[in-house]
Amino acid sequence: MGLREYIIRRLLLLIPTMLGVVVLIFAVLQMIPPELRAVIYVTNPRQLQDIPNIVREYGLDRPVWEQFITYLTEVLHGNFGYSVYYRQPVLEGLLRRFPATVEIALLSSPFIIFFGIWLGTTAAVHRDKIPDHVSRVMSIVGTSLPSFLLGIVLIAIFVAQLRLTTVGRVTNIGTLLLRIKNGTYHEFTGFLLIDSLLNGDFLLFVDVVKHLILPMIVLVFIQSATMVRVTRSSMLEALGKTYIVAARAKGLSKKEVIYKHARRNALIPVITISGLLVGGMLGGLIITETVFNFPGVGSYAAQAAQSFDVSVVTAYAMFSAIIFVLANLIVDILYAYIDPRIRLG
Amino acid sequence: MSSKEEVKKSAKTPNLMVKELKFTLKKMRDTPLSLIGLSLVIFFLLICALAPVLAPPKWYDPFRIPSTGTYGREPEPPSAEHLFGTTSYQTDIFYGCIWGTIHAFRLGLVIVITSVVVGLALGLIAGYYGGIVDEILMRFTDIIFAFPSLILIMALVVALQTVTLPFTLTGYTRLDACIIGIVLVGWPGYTRLIRGEVLRVKTEDYVEAAKASGASDLRIIFKHILPNTIYPVIIVASLDFGTIVLLAAALSFLGLGAPGDYADWGQLIYHSMDWVSSGLRYWWTYTFPGLFIMLFCLGWNLLGDAFRDILDPLYRRK
Repeated sequence: MGLREYIIRRLLLLIPTMLGVVVLIFAVLQMIPPELRAVIYVTNPRQLQDIPNIVREYGLDRPVWEQFITYLTEVLHGNFGYSVYYRQPVLEGLLRRFPATVEIALLSSPFIIFFGIWLGTTAAVHRDKIPDHVSRVMSIVGTSLPSFLLGIVLIAIFVAQLRLTTVGRVTNIGTLLLRIKNGTYHEFTGFLLIDSLLNGDFLLFVDVVKHLILPMIVLVFIQSATMVRVTRSSMLEALGKTYIVAARAKGLSKKEVIYKHARRNALIPVITISGLLVGGMLGGLIITETVFNFPGVGSYAAQAAQSFDVSVVTAYAMFSAIIFVLANLIVDILYAYIDPRIRLG
Repeated sequence: MSSKEEVKKSAKTPNLMVKELKFTLKKMRDTPLSLIGLSLVIFFLLICALAPVLAPPKWYDPFRIPSTGTYGREPEPPSAEHLFGTTSYQTDIFYGCIWGTIHAFRLGLVIVITSVVVGLALGLIAGYYGGIVDEILMRFTDIIFAFPSLILIMALVVALQTVTLPFTLTGYTRLDACIIGIVLVGWPGYTRLIRGEVLRVKTEDYVEAAKASGASDLRIIFKHILPNTIYPVIIVASLDFGTIVLLAAALSFLGLGAPGDYADWGQLIYHSMDWVSSGLRYWWTYTFPGLFIMLFCLGWNLLGDAFRDILDPLYRRK
């Protein structure tokens, strides 16, 4: 099978998965009484006054399959409901908050991935020696330490005590909003890192970077644990292979064998984990964003969930699943590109 | 096989089991990290056992933290009266941490047992009968795996709060919703694990022999397949304890779990968020509940890590 056929087949497989995601969210919604779940069909605030009408109009009292068709049609048209909590269509809110999440996810993932690979490799090469113990302890502590706890401690020390930075995305969001209103600051992309530079505001850029540091520390510490583990075990397996012995026997240096022969082969499972990691992070970092009051999609949903905003939580779950599935798809295609055996299988 | 030989063989099996168990214990002794894990878990079990003495309950529901002392707004620092100090609404942190331990074990047990029972039942059905049932069940697990778990649980918790359940697990709708949500997202993992085991065992000679001798499906499942597949699931599930408690704490931290004065570590951390803006001044509000959560998870994870290596046949004898 060629690479193109493989990609086409993989894309076709996407359809049942996406349909499954919609079905599951629909099932979750079915648990909620009709008057309460009617908000997912609302498109503007005026309709909130007239919920019984929505129930009738969208047939929320009709057989389940009819309701599913209605729901599917709405979702395909991009209507994910209206948020009672935020007073805005959910999709609009999610898309508005998405750049913040993308910024933090994409910026911290290279750190997580490279740190994880480095520590994992070092641990495997020095098996049962100090670096290995360090990596073990770090990965176990990383999986046991709740990210909200680490976040709180960092906030207490660096934000509240030392006053080095603040929580949120910028120090003074009010000024920024005012400037957007005045027209002295233009929003080109929604990504503050890019927009601040495009506006020629270097001070704002530095401010944004400063606000990203603490959440990034939390993410690197917590998320690299799995990375270290996977790299370590995969490296150990690769180092035990006969081609490594052969490479050493033929007189190659230890360094060359480890980094060229063993690590290249060991990185294959690491790519999968990295893909899942980035996909998961792009879907929102509920806890990290909530702790640092960072206005991404995760904190958007978490806040709404507290006040029982059905449309936000269900639409968000669908949103994050779609991103997760797409990230998986990209990893699979990358895989097939790197490792031709997969296409043939 | 003559009946004499059979007797001999069955007598031999326990010996083998004892030998393996001894070997496992010996291996554990050699890994100091697993011993630390074990002692942490035992420490928390002791706290559970001694809870009524350490922190005598004042109200009918022992999981509601008494808010005694002066009714000032600010948390009080650790003192003889409040060993770990107090947090918002003058709730006693020491009491919350102690009874929070029981609550954590209770949550973990309820969630693990329910998910395993569901996982076992569906995994056995899927693996044993195969065909369309298997296909549907596996596609369904695929869909659940397509969601980041915490996000799906959050959606379920919100939805479940509107459902009036015919039973109550904790007496609080929100907490019940959390438990059910975690179970609903957690069973697919166990189902897949047990299904794989069943597929492995299904083709073994003893199952074929039982089939040939006319045993019913139920008999084969319960007499031959279940005993040979259940152990990995039980081990994996019991080691998920730490992760589950962490997940429940995260939900409480997000304000979706335990109610205000409930003895739940995540809930205490949620309260401490009110005081974090004063820097290290109210350090006790997050340090103590945080230590409890962390050490609890650390204990289970250390134990789990060691067990995975010890019980993995590939590494066991190395």
